[in-house]
Amino acid sequence: MDSVAQRLSAVGAGAALELRGVTRLFGALAALTDVTITVRPGERRAVLGSNGAGKTTLFNCITGDFLPSSGTIRFFGEDVTHFPPYERIRRGLRRTYQISALFPGLSVQDNVYLACRGVSRGRFSFLRPGKNDALMHAADNLVQAVHLSAVKDQRVAELAHGQQRQLEIALALAGAPRFVLFDEPAAGLSPTERAELIEILTSLPAHIGYIIIEHDMDVALRVVESVTMMHNGRVFKEGLPQEIQSDPEVQELYLGGGHD
Amino acid sequence: MSLAHDARVPARPALAQRPARTWPEINNPAAWIVAAILVIMPLIANGFFLIEIFATALILGIMALSLMFLAGYGGMVSLMQLTIAGFTAYMVAVFGVSGNTNISLGWPWWLAVPMALALATAFGTLGGALAVRTEGIYTIMITLAIGAAFYYFTNQNWAIFNGHTGINTVATPHFWGVNWRADIPFYYVVLAVAALCYFAVEYLARAPFGLALQGVRDNPRRMAALGFNVNAHRVAAYAFASFVAALAGVLQVWNYRQISPGSVSVGACIDVLIIAVVGGITRPIGPFIGALIFVLLRTFALDFLVRLGLDGNRFRLLIGLGFLAIVFWSSDGVIGLWQRWRQSHRPRSDRPAGGRGHG
Repeated sequence: MDSVAQRLSAVGAGAALELRGVTRLFGALAALTDVTITVRPGERRAVLGSNGAGKTTLFNCITGDFLPSSGTIRFFGEDVTHFPPYERIRRGLRRTYQISALFPGLSVQDNVYLACRGVSRGRFSFLRPGKNDALMHAADNLVQAVHLSAVKDQRVAELAHGQQRQLEIALALAGAPRFVLFDEPAAGLSPTERAELIEILTSLPAHIGYIIIEHDMDVALRVVESVTMMHNGRVFKEGLPQEIQSDPEVQELYLGGGHD
Repeated sequence: MSLAHDARVPARPALAQRPARTWPEINNPAAWIVAAILVIMPLIANGFFLIEIFATALILGIMALSLMFLAGYGGMVSLMQLTIAGFTAYMVAVFGVSGNTNISLGWPWWLAVPMALALATAFGTLGGALAVRTEGIYTIMITLAIGAAFYYFTNQNWAIFNGHTGINTVATPHFWGVNWRADIPFYYVVLAVAALCYFAVEYLARAPFGLALQGVRDNPRRMAALGFNVNAHRVAAYAFASFVAALAGVLQVWNYRQISPGSVSVGACIDVLIIAVVGGITRPIGPFIGALIFVLLRTFALDFLVRLGLDGNRFRLLIGLGFLAIVFWSSDGVIGLWQRWRQSHRPRSDRPAGGRGHG
């Protein structure tokens, strides 16, 4: 029994996401160095760190936007290290972008519809969706969930910043997500919009885990159960939110940064 | 409460809110008038206008439409659309019946045409598969290189393409007791194919395939992060556009009854780009407007210039100046000018905020 369990955990079968020794070089610059992170299914974690700590590079390696220079990435036990991004997305991985990555020439509804279509069949369909199209309804529901029903036929280019951030989240929740990477979802949001964001994050179904990059500690620490602190491309510290918050070294890094 | 809400999200007329959920032209009286005029054209126009102006403009319009589909929806500027049409024309001549009996295989048209369409679609898809590995100006360079290579190949190959003389007296279809190359039947064949291509592109723009293509244009990286295989989508777009261009190629060889390297020159490739840009690449009607302007200028600018005491061969100068003016004042071509003119003559409350409307 023990050896089976060991073998299973050795291949990361129990983890939603498992990174082992992930290194990413840009020329001589190491954006990530030997990063090892394991996240359980349904676990919600914050990644903290100053600018240049490697947080977004970490996301790009997990989604496959960049391939790691070395190391392995497993998603629900499957080695996805060399998979193209769309293969990882179809397996239930999702992400949002720090700078909204939307389709400005299309309507809100079409943006969300594309997200729903991307993780289902018929991506190449030549037939327009009918009145009772299941994906159209799914898109409607998602638009409603992020409070954008009133503007759903407007082109995305015309939306306010806060609305674009909400759409950004809607795109990442299409289909059946199993694990989501949120890259600074609160960036540029008003206090009211932040409250709405926290509500959306905390009301996600329990089986959906996520990693959130967030500078706003008030947001980050209210929506996660564990924290990974990164510094200079390495994992600096891992722990519970309150441990990290009270850690003198972390305080040194975060508050010390203010003196520069 | 409701007032405050309304202020934040200004109410708009239903038409402007849901721009493309239905066929946009159905409620447009101008579109019905244009369609009616096109259908009764043989009653109005003589054979010269019917074929040399309207059929020719429609054929060029179909070619430019294939470029509009790639460039407007997919963000890929392909300069090989005319080459694909020319390749189809050659294949119709080679597999079908022509005066060059040593080359043509003599197949009936209903075998030669599907063969030519299939080969040309394969040719365009292969070219597309090469081109999608690049972006922007490099896509233009690769497709232009394919066009130039094909031009020089047809000039130098005698076994299949009959060198610089090309293939002449290509047979055209006769069946049901109708000579389909006679002016009026041929006009209706061309009109039917053009309408089919136009509505196919219009329809596809709102289907998942077309929407995803517009997504690829706006943000390929995000499309990959939504589960789309971006390159496969782009290659599929080339396949569809190649088929559209190939249809135009069949009509072109039936129109002139001959095909030679002059018809697939690099200059002609660029003409298709000019037609699409002058007409406007944001909507499928643009290429047809561009083609009509181009053909009218090509046909009448000569007389016009001579009357002014200038060299008639300068008609390209007129086209070039028109092209410059369009690119300078209206990045979405003549239809963009038209839309802006209409918006400025409309009561303010009616005006949709978006400048560029797709589909």
